[in-house]
Amino acid sequence: MSKFEALTGNDAVATAMRQINPDVMAAYPITPQTSTVQKFADFVADGLVDTEFICVESEHSAMSACVGASAAGARVMTATSANGLALMWEIVYIAASNRCPIAMSLVNRALSAPINIHCDHSDVMGIRDSGWIILFSENGQEAYDNIIQAIRIGEHPDVLLPVAVCQDGFITSHSLERVEIFDDADVKAFVGEYKPRWPLLDLEHPKTYGPLDFYDYYYEHKRQQVEAMEHAQGVILEVADEFNRKFNHNYGLFESYRLEDAEVAVIAVNSTAGTIKVVVDQLRDEGLKVGLLKPRVFRPFPARELVDALSHLKAVAVMDRSVSFGAMDNAGPLFLELVAALAFHGVHVPVADYVYGLGGRDILPGEIERVYRDALKVAETGRVERMVTYLSVRE
Amino acid sequence: MATKLTPKELSKRPERLSPGHRLCAGCGATIIVRQILAAIDEPVIIANATGCLEVGTTIYPYTAWRVPWIHNAFENAASTISGVEAAYRSMVRQGKIPEQNIKFLAFAGDGGTYDIGIQALSGAVERGHQFLYICYDNGAYMNTGIQRSSATPYGAHTTTSPAGKVIPGKQQFRKDLTAIMAAHNIPYVAQAAPSQWRDLMKKTRKAVDCGGPAFMNVLSSCNRGWRHGTDETIEITQLAVDTCYWPLYEVEDGEWRLTYKPKKKRPVEEWLKRQGRFRHVFKPENRHMIDELQAEVDRRWERLLRLCGES
Repeated sequence: MSKFEALTGNDAVATAMRQINPDVMAAYPITPQTSTVQKFADFVADGLVDTEFICVESEHSAMSACVGASAAGARVMTATSANGLALMWEIVYIAASNRCPIAMSLVNRALSAPINIHCDHSDVMGIRDSGWIILFSENGQEAYDNIIQAIRIGEHPDVLLPVAVCQDGFITSHSLERVEIFDDADVKAFVGEYKPRWPLLDLEHPKTYGPLDFYDYYYEHKRQQVEAMEHAQGVILEVADEFNRKFNHNYGLFESYRLEDAEVAVIAVNSTAGTIKVVVDQLRDEGLKVGLLKPRVFRPFPARELVDALSHLKAVAVMDRSVSFGAMDNAGPLFLELVAALAFHGVHVPVADYVYGLGGRDILPGEIERVYRDALKVAETGRVERMVTYLSVRE
Repeated sequence: MATKLTPKELSKRPERLSPGHRLCAGCGATIIVRQILAAIDEPVIIANATGCLEVGTTIYPYTAWRVPWIHNAFENAASTISGVEAAYRSMVRQGKIPEQNIKFLAFAGDGGTYDIGIQALSGAVERGHQFLYICYDNGAYMNTGIQRSSATPYGAHTTTSPAGKVIPGKQQFRKDLTAIMAAHNIPYVAQAAPSQWRDLMKKTRKAVDCGGPAFMNVLSSCNRGWRHGTDETIEITQLAVDTCYWPLYEVEDGEWRLTYKPKKKRPVEEWLKRQGRFRHVFKPENRHMIDELQAEVDRRWERLLRLCGES
C-alpha cells in the first residue's frame, strides 16, 4: 500500500533514493539541491541504505566518482544544480559517452553571473546536447516518480545512458506538497537489481574503459550513442507503461491538458505547467478553447509525437525559462526545437516564444492569461507579430 | 608468500602491461608502471589520468592493459578511482560480489597531479579511500609537447618557459608535492625513483598494504623533454637522486625516514649538464641560475634531513 506524505520536492526525491538504495551516491552541496543530499545523509547515518555515500570536494569530482563507480558495476546516483552542473560539465559528457547509466536529480537553478540561487532552466539547457536523457517534473510527485523510472530507463541494455530528472529549484524543491510514496518493497521490485554487463570489478575479464579513440572509430562510437538515444524513447514508454499499471499514474512523453479540442495551446515544462492548468480552466470557463502541452521527455526530443499533438491547433505559444543567447531572435531552446520540428514535418502552426521567470522571477496567472490572449489573436490573424516576448521584465 | 623482490623471481611473473604499446623508447613512465605492478601480487584496478601513459597504451581498438583499467579525464584520476573503490566496498558489504583484496591504483603525470588534479587528489585522500596514487613526475606537460608545470625545475627550458633572450627558462622552483601530501596525514607517502627499483617496489608494497590512502611521487625521465639519449634514462634518474634534487624517502604514519642517503652528495650541475633542457644555464650570463638551484636543493635537503632526524 502506498501512503501520502507532506514532503518537499527534495525530500520526495531523497525518499525515492532511499527506496532505490543505490550502491554509490556521490554529491556535493549546492543550493537548492542541498536538502536532498542532507536527507540522504540522514538515511546513511541511520543505516537505512546500503549506499556508499561519497562526500566529494567538488561537483567535478562528484561526476568523476560516479563514472568510476558506474564503470565498476555499481548503481549510482547524484544530485546537483546550476553552477554545480556547470562544473561537472566535462564529465557529464564523459558519463554519457562511456554509457554510464547514472541517475541525477537536477534541481533547476539559474546559472551565474550574476549569482542567483533561484529557478530557471539555464542549467539543464547547457547539457541538452551531452547525451543525457532529460525528464522534467511539474511537482514533487513527478520528481519522485521520474527518478524511480530513471533507474530503469538508463540501465536498460538497449539504452545505457545517464538520466537527469529536473524539478524547479525552490518552487518545487522546497515546497511542501502531498506526495504519494509507494511501498519500499514495491519500489525495490520495480527498479530491480542492476546487472552491469561490463563491470571493471570483473577481474577475470579485464576491461579498458576510456581509451584514446581517433578518426577510425570515434565516429562509430558517437553513432552508437545516437542509436542508444533512438532506443530511449521506446524504453521510456515501456517503463512508463509498467509504472502506470503498477502505481496507477499516467506517464508518457508529454502530458496533454484539455488539448484535444483546443484551438490554441501553451507549451511549458516543470512547475509553471501547474499554474498554466489553473489558467486553462479559467479561460475554458469563459468558453475559450485553450489547452496545455507539458513535455516530460526533453531528451530524446519526441519531435514527431509533439508535432502530431499540435497539428490541429491554430496557434501555439512556447514558454521558455531560459534563453539561447545569440540563437534565432535570442529565442529559448524549447521554442527553437519545436519550430524546427513543425517546419521539418511540414506542419504550419504559428508559434511565438515567451521567455519568463529568469533567476526565479515569479510567473503569475495574469501573465499566462496574456500569453493565451496573444495566442488567440494569432489564431484569428494567422500572424505572429513578435517571435520572442519577455514576460514581466523591466525593459 | 609475497614474491621475492629479486630479478629472478620477478621475471617469472606475468606482465600486466603488455609490450606493443606506443610509448617512446626509454620512457620512464612504463618502467615505473612495470616495477610497481610487479611489486603487487594482489589483483589491481587502475585509473589513469589523461597523459602519455594513457594515450600510449590504449589506442582503440587496442589496449596494453591486462588488468581492469579506466581513463576518465585529465584532472580526476583520484576521484575516479575513489568511485571504483567505493563501488567495490559497497557491493562487497552487500554481498553482491566476493571480497578479493583488490589494490586500487591511480597513475597520473605531474601535470595531472601537481596542477589540474591536486584538488581531486587532496579530496580523495582526505576521504580515506583505500588506494595508491602514483604520480610519475617528468616535470612538464610532455604529452602536449613539453609545457611547464609546477613540477618543472627552476631554469628548465620548456615550450611555455622557453630559454629566450631575456627570460632564460622557468623562473620558479618546483612545488614540493610530496610534502603537501604528507601534510594530509595519510598513512603512507613516499618519494621514489625507478633507478632504485628495489626501493620503489618495497615502497609500493608498504603503500598498498597501509590500510588507507597512499601517495608516491616517482621521478620519471622523459627523454623528449629532458633532451638526453633514450638509453640514459636510469643513469640520469639516479643522478637526480645522488645530487639530492630528488631524495628518496617515506613518511609512514607521520614518521619521516630517508630510504637512501648518497655516500657523497653530488653537485646538481652534474645532473643538469646531462640534459639539453638546461643547456642555456651553462652560458656565462646564466650560471648564477645553477648556483640558485643548488642553494634551493641544499635548503630542501637540509630540511628533509631535519625532518628525518638525520641532522
